[in-house]
Amino acid sequence: MSQQRGSDPSGRLPAAFHVPGSSSFTDFVRDHAPEVLPGSRPLPAGAVPAHGGPFTGGPGGGQPPHATTIVAIVCEAGVVMAGDRRATAGNMIAQRDIEKVFPADDHSCVGIAGTAGLALEMVRLFQVELEHFEKLEGALMSFEGKANRLSTMIRGNLGLALQGLAVVPVFAGYDLEAGRGRIVSYDVTGGRYEEVDHHSVGSGSVFARGALKKLFRPGMSAAAAVRVAVEALWDAADDDSATGGPDLLRGIWPVVTVVTAQGYQRVTDAEVAAVVDAVVANRRGNPGGRPQESTEGASGA
Amino acid sequence: MSMPFYVSPEQVMKDKADYARKGIARGRAVVVVAFAGGIVFASENSSRALHKISEIYDRVAFAAVGKYNEFENLRVAGVRYADLRGYSYDRSDVTARGLANAYAQTLGTIFTTESKPYEVELVVAEVGPDPAADQIYRLTYDGSVADEHGFVAMGGSAEQITAKLAERWSAGLSLEEALALAVEALGSDAAAEAAGRGPRTIDPEQLEVAVLDRTRTRRLFRRLPPPVLVSLLAPTADATADSTTAEAAAPDAG
Repeated sequence: MSQQRGSDPSGRLPAAFHVPGSSSFTDFVRDHAPEVLPGSRPLPAGAVPAHGGPFTGGPGGGQPPHATTIVAIVCEAGVVMAGDRRATAGNMIAQRDIEKVFPADDHSCVGIAGTAGLALEMVRLFQVELEHFEKLEGALMSFEGKANRLSTMIRGNLGLALQGLAVVPVFAGYDLEAGRGRIVSYDVTGGRYEEVDHHSVGSGSVFARGALKKLFRPGMSAAAAVRVAVEALWDAADDDSATGGPDLLRGIWPVVTVVTAQGYQRVTDAEVAAVVDAVVANRRGNPGGRPQESTEGASGA
Repeated sequence: MSMPFYVSPEQVMKDKADYARKGIARGRAVVVVAFAGGIVFASENSSRALHKISEIYDRVAFAAVGKYNEFENLRVAGVRYADLRGYSYDRSDVTARGLANAYAQTLGTIFTTESKPYEVELVVAEVGPDPAADQIYRLTYDGSVADEHGFVAMGGSAEQITAKLAERWSAGLSLEEALALAVEALGSDAAAEAAGRGPRTIDPEQLEVAVLDRTRTRRLFRRLPPPVLVSLLAPTADATADSTTAEAAAPDAG
């Protein structure tokens, strides 16, 4: 058991707990109990096969589930992030109601695309990392600091990424020092890039990005950004089989979050349902989702 | 050749205990008071950065008196213990009892094996879903643990302050009442008793106050900065309205 590692026979807290200096949970655990960290377990060489292979059971020939599309949009009050609810394993739907957007701390959120199991573990460690720093230092980590910590974690997963188990998160939040919402994207090597206005990741991101380009307006309100996020996810689901649209039969809605100076807030299912209803009403007989005003303009011409 | 003097083990322990007690009694007091909505921690501490009260985990907080470097070391160890346990198991598996045991073993070992004992006294407290499930553990320099009910005072003038709390505390206080009692108790120290003019008044700027608030979700620990304290301590008829604004104004940073 990790708690017992290096412990004193008297039962006192192990010496590693008393070492002053580091405010990083990852650094502390790497010294004290490395087996609980992702990336510290040796894996056999070779890639994960595209179909079937050594994995057994589960849909999709036992391939690990993949999480798909996430969109993030800067709005006037901060930033909006939304993700669809589908996880796929090969050509199968592994889960209909997976959640892929999480609070990282009170003023930031992280959305995941890629191998779901590894990504969820990364998010969990990232959340503890930020909270640990906050408690030990008595201060919030800077936005840059958070983005860099996540970058380091992604780089730690590079070996697995090259074997076909990539994790590509998108990080967004309200920068309390700069006083605005910010979005940071990553590649599998841990490279981090600041995005202006909006960004999307995952298999449906190409289609979502097209929608975002057309619908984004600088300085838009949070409510308008939520609508744009739902529209973009709809367009992604329309053309990408791995992205799930809103499930009207089961009442499964995209996870939509808003991060402002007041903190992280998840938009309630009832509010998202209302936005989805509006999108559906607009797209009936108008599958591309052209805004109604321009439809009227076109018919008048 | 000189022979070392024989000192009986009783004398060694007594000397260490006296040394630790003197160190602890020199500092300002910390009081911990349970109320209907959680547990409030208060201390006279003019520093905004060097805290005596701190968050450990979702439902668990820590308060200490004595030597800063020693209790800060224990606080850091506690946060590491809690975060590692919560990460390897689940957030609900981190309890004040487990942490109090770990601290007790640590303090006990240091007291018996090292030449200088820690000059600290700690409280580890956890709020449950209702007041009956609240736990307050008080740990002393030698590793002994006491399961306290309702209130604790430790540090300088602890006796006088405890007497005040024992006289006035009752179950089911509101936050305003518990806070007013805590501040009055902190002001009822030996100096005030000697002066014989009743409790000193303590400026809110000089107070470090935090609560474990049962009504919050996930991380229940919140610090109450001086502006919030002023409104909470103000003797107004409409106390409920005050507490609502206070909660809204409390910042998120720990």
